[in-house]
Amino acid sequence: SVNPDLASERQTASFSVEKLTAWLDGGAEHTQLRRAVVEAIERDPVFSRENQYFQSQNERYEEAVKKAVHLQKKMHEMGWTENGPEFKYIYRALSGDIAFLLHRIFIRSISVLGSDKQIAKWIPLATRYQLIGSYAQTELGHGTYLQGLKTTAVFDITTQEFILNTPNISAIKWWPGDMGRSATHTVVFAQLYIHGKCYGVHPFIVQIRSLQDHSLCPGIAAGDIGPKMNFQHTDNGYLLLQNVRVPRENMLSKFCEVQPDGTYVRQGSQKINYFTMTTVRISLISDEVVIPLMKACTIAIRYSVVRRQSKLKPGEQEAKILDYQTQQEKLLPQLAAAYAFHFINNYLQELFNRGYREIQRKNFNMLPELHAFSSGFKAMVTQYGTSAVEICLRACGGHGYSLLSGLPSLYTKILASCIYEGENTILLLQTARFLIKCFTAASTGQPVPPSVTYLAAVTPGKCPAKTKLDFLSPDIYTEAYQHMAARLISSTAAKLHDLIQSGVKKHDAWNQCTVQLVQAAKAHCHYITVKNFAETVEKLETQAGIQKIMKHLCDLFALHGIFSNAGVFLHDGYISGAQMDMVTASYLDLLAVIRKDAVPLVDAFDFTDKTLNSALGSYDGQVYQRLYEWAQKSPTNKQTNPAYKKYLKPLLHNTLSKL
Amino acid sequence: SFVHRGRPEPLDLHLGMFLPTLLTQATPEQQDRFFMPAWNLEIIGTYAQTEMGHGTHLRGLETTATYDPATQEFILNSPTVTSIKWWPGGLGKTSNHAIVLAQLYTQGQCKGLHAFIVPLRQLGTHEPLPGITVGDIGPKFGYDEMDNGYLKMDNFRIPRENMLMKYAQVEPDGTYVKPLSDKLTYGTMVFIRSLIVGDSARSLSRACTIAIRYSAVRHQSELKPGEPEPQILDYQTQQYKLFPLLATAYAFHFVGAYIKHTYHRISGDIHKGDLSELPELHALTAGLKAFTSWTASAGIEECRMACGGHGYSRCSGIPDIYVTFTPSCTYEGENTVMMLQTARFIVKSYTQVSSGQQVTGMVSYLNDLSRQRIQPQHVAARSVAVRINDPLSLVEAYKARASRLVEAAAKNLQAELNHRKSKEDAWNRTSVDLVRASEAHCHYVIVKLFAAKLAEISNAAVRAVLTELCLLYALYGISKNTGDFLQVGVFLQHFKSLEPRVKELLAIIRPNAVALVDSFDFHDVHLGSVLGRYDGNVYENMFEWAKKSPLNKTEVHESFHKHLKSMQSKL
Repeated sequence: SVNPDLASERQTASFSVEKLTAWLDGGAEHTQLRRAVVEAIERDPVFSRENQYFQSQNERYEEAVKKAVHLQKKMHEMGWTENGPEFKYIYRALSGDIAFLLHRIFIRSISVLGSDKQIAKWIPLATRYQLIGSYAQTELGHGTYLQGLKTTAVFDITTQEFILNTPNISAIKWWPGDMGRSATHTVVFAQLYIHGKCYGVHPFIVQIRSLQDHSLCPGIAAGDIGPKMNFQHTDNGYLLLQNVRVPRENMLSKFCEVQPDGTYVRQGSQKINYFTMTTVRISLISDEVVIPLMKACTIAIRYSVVRRQSKLKPGEQEAKILDYQTQQEKLLPQLAAAYAFHFINNYLQELFNRGYREIQRKNFNMLPELHAFSSGFKAMVTQYGTSAVEICLRACGGHGYSLLSGLPSLYTKILASCIYEGENTILLLQTARFLIKCFTAASTGQPVPPSVTYLAAVTPGKCPAKTKLDFLSPDIYTEAYQHMAARLISSTAAKLHDLIQSGVKKHDAWNQCTVQLVQAAKAHCHYITVKNFAETVEKLETQAGIQKIMKHLCDLFALHGIFSNAGVFLHDGYISGAQMDMVTASYLDLLAVIRKDAVPLVDAFDFTDKTLNSALGSYDGQVYQRLYEWAQKSPTNKQTNPAYKKYLKPLLHNTLSKL
Repeated sequence: SFVHRGRPEPLDLHLGMFLPTLLTQATPEQQDRFFMPAWNLEIIGTYAQTEMGHGTHLRGLETTATYDPATQEFILNSPTVTSIKWWPGGLGKTSNHAIVLAQLYTQGQCKGLHAFIVPLRQLGTHEPLPGITVGDIGPKFGYDEMDNGYLKMDNFRIPRENMLMKYAQVEPDGTYVKPLSDKLTYGTMVFIRSLIVGDSARSLSRACTIAIRYSAVRHQSELKPGEPEPQILDYQTQQYKLFPLLATAYAFHFVGAYIKHTYHRISGDIHKGDLSELPELHALTAGLKAFTSWTASAGIEECRMACGGHGYSRCSGIPDIYVTFTPSCTYEGENTVMMLQTARFIVKSYTQVSSGQQVTGMVSYLNDLSRQRIQPQHVAARSVAVRINDPLSLVEAYKARASRLVEAAAKNLQAELNHRKSKEDAWNRTSVDLVRASEAHCHYVIVKLFAAKLAEISNAAVRAVLTELCLLYALYGISKNTGDFLQVGVFLQHFKSLEPRVKELLAIIRPNAVALVDSFDFHDVHLGSVLGRYDGNVYENMFEWAKKSPLNKTEVHESFHKHLKSMQSKL
């Protein structure tokens, strides 16, 4: 039975949860398909995550391998394929708790970087799992800055082989998933040397373990890099290469080739290669940020209507903690952000599909914009999402700290997204470089991509709002964001210009402006997110009930941003002090409005209890009962207490005899 | 922990709560019965207060202790699932006794929360006693070493003498004797919360030490084309992440010392029966506990992020610092609730000032508001001239911001009350403003204490570098909260010079950065970090560390034989 405190929340929904779910999924038929996939996975006991909070690193790893192997069987059985519509829902159903994710990157990198011949040779082996691949790029000493990698591959004309080496300790490959224990092969990125000349970083296929007994190949040292904050199920590994020889044909050579006589030939355009990187950054937004954030909101909001604490009015029952304004102010903006990022993800997907079609027609004009978008949004969304999940965790008090709440694992996993696929600060600086370029172009009347045309019209201006209700107008706040973003970009461009004029070298001037550049890039992404949210809501006019609540969430997301970054809006007087007080008032009023629909809004995300795997967040709200039952599963409660036998007993007995 | 700083251990609650509670709340007879056995570890105790359904709001606890005059015993019960004791450290597996907080019922009346000594496990076999259900609550974010436990009691009887009766008493016939003052319990809370402030400073200092040393060892990318890769600490963005946190660690260090000192001073007064300063100290400590633990918790995460991928590995030590520290935002009083307690005191002081009384202590700046009372209605912008290189002048800026936010919150509260809202509704509808006001107040106190500390430093070079840190702390705080300061009218003229000055300070502090963390003097063993080693030999030691991973125990992992092999051969 559903906890009455949670049941009552569902009776007052101002909209149809089922309809909202269908809309979020992109249509009722998608919802149906998703539910079918999730059900098939969850019914299969091999995929159970029931015990994962109690498992050791070793056990988690083994489970992940077992699931990955079983998944092959399952897909075959169900008739699912890697390119089918079901595939994206499988990952959601498994919560990513599975091995061989890097194996997929291995396959993709060969498909993108390999010649037709290489693709024909390796891809069938890999898809049939006759080998298990990984992708070894990052080293102990180098990550995001790829040119700095130290691993070497020297071409030996006499044997037509490359000799791969790890020249020093900082060059050890470090972090690649699936490599510590599972992989038999890996793509190794190394500095290519021919006749003593360095040609930069290139990819090589290297076998690292025997296909017979899985022992390490000669010249290879590889292993697991030890415990991390999360990803216990993944064998992130290290790899040392000592005079490891691979045939000439093992260098992935779609774009660059070394001919038998040692001639280095560059062919084709590598631009498409950039495009792969940008699509990976975009694809992680949904799987690694939006879904975890939605889960965290679901758990925290459901728990906040079950948990009662202290009294709002003397003599009454203790209040649900979600009725406290401070609790609403913690959670509801994060809920609004989850929706905002879901919509920005749709927007980016669309933009990238369009870009992909252009690129297939050999038109690379959109690439700089797409690259800037993917970098900036990856950074902004992962950073925002990480702090949002942490806020949800903290908002659940002590019980949030228990692994059984599900929140610590969501948090430790999402925060890795701030680093992988490009460290966020560096990515934001790449976006900033694009914005500065566009600003300069726009101010000299040259054409710029549509998303940044606003930079051409930077005017001083003032916000026209007169009452707090004016701040519920999307035109008013979108304009404020646009003004703020344009101001930050133009003032940073001006500072950069001044420094260079005054004789500071270009790179020094850049470094001196980086803090502001990062701020400007974030402001740009924030503006686009608000604008896109408002436009999404506008298009919803056919669904009145849903549009109304989405409009509230959009307002909340926008006003929360102004409230929390008041300084940048007040700075040049665009928003006055009195107007800022109106923003605050409207913002706080919205909390009470959205509060009423908070539970339906998270129900609409439609996570099953098994997917959430949280004692606090389940649909029926039987929080305390479940916490108590789950605690019984703790291994410490099943075995006799070894610490008692070994240490406490001697301690107690000695003292007893002494007394 | 009490044995190893910064590391939790199962006996922490025995040493930190069980023994001190016996000392302060047990009668001499009870001390005879329990203290020496506990001191000799015959009795291992813990402190069972929090329940599944209730934490910070103590009055809501549901466990009952009903007095039975016929047998002169208390009957302890956990009447609901939510009343199960949950979280106490050492309760799951280690302890054989607990001090249990329960609602006392005698002669048919509830007398509120009282403490009882409850035996849990059989001496000798360590088996739970009949009527006691006890166990571990399962894995957590951190504190793996600690058996946080649950406790359920079913008609469990203890003798009357097991109620701690130094203050309140139940006589054999069931007559209840009230304690003299309830303010005294504040004392313990102030003490524990002041420890958390010190812990905030220490935990953040450790994280800063690791991140700054590593940033000096790590080389990446290029600043100038053609030159060798620079230390990442030379990037402005990296300095901007780390140096304000370094300054914060120093600031919190001074705040922690101040509170500890003040607590000891006031404890002396309390013994003499003077409780006048206790409410302010109580309010201030609650707010500072929340402010410093929130900031340090976020700061530790920023340090971890500043270490890139390697920060995410447990070998960096920062994940462990984080998961061990971050629950302090919740325990000993949930932070938002703490901020609201501080707000209650500040609003009370504001009301006193409004009615013409003077207030003293850290809130005395509110007295100035009465002089400016001429402007009614709107909280007007008052231009405050500030010299951005003078710490004392910056203290004034923070003071102005705090006054404005306190006044704004108090006025909003009044406006809600005027809408004929009940007192409680009005308070709830203003609570976001109230928390902001408390934060501003605490921030002011911290800047003030930091600035005041500078004058005490006799060594000129040390004073110079700490002055730079103090300026950075204060100016960075302004730049992160420009909205508040712009609204008070601070800096209207100086705003353009603020950001450049912050960046100048980063460059000035850069040469001393490593020396400033070395001064924290953490031993490598205590730091527990491969990235933060004093000798900076990071990469070779990461490799050594990784070799110990449990997955590396055998060259070929057993899952190969169990799963992989079959898959490969089948296909």
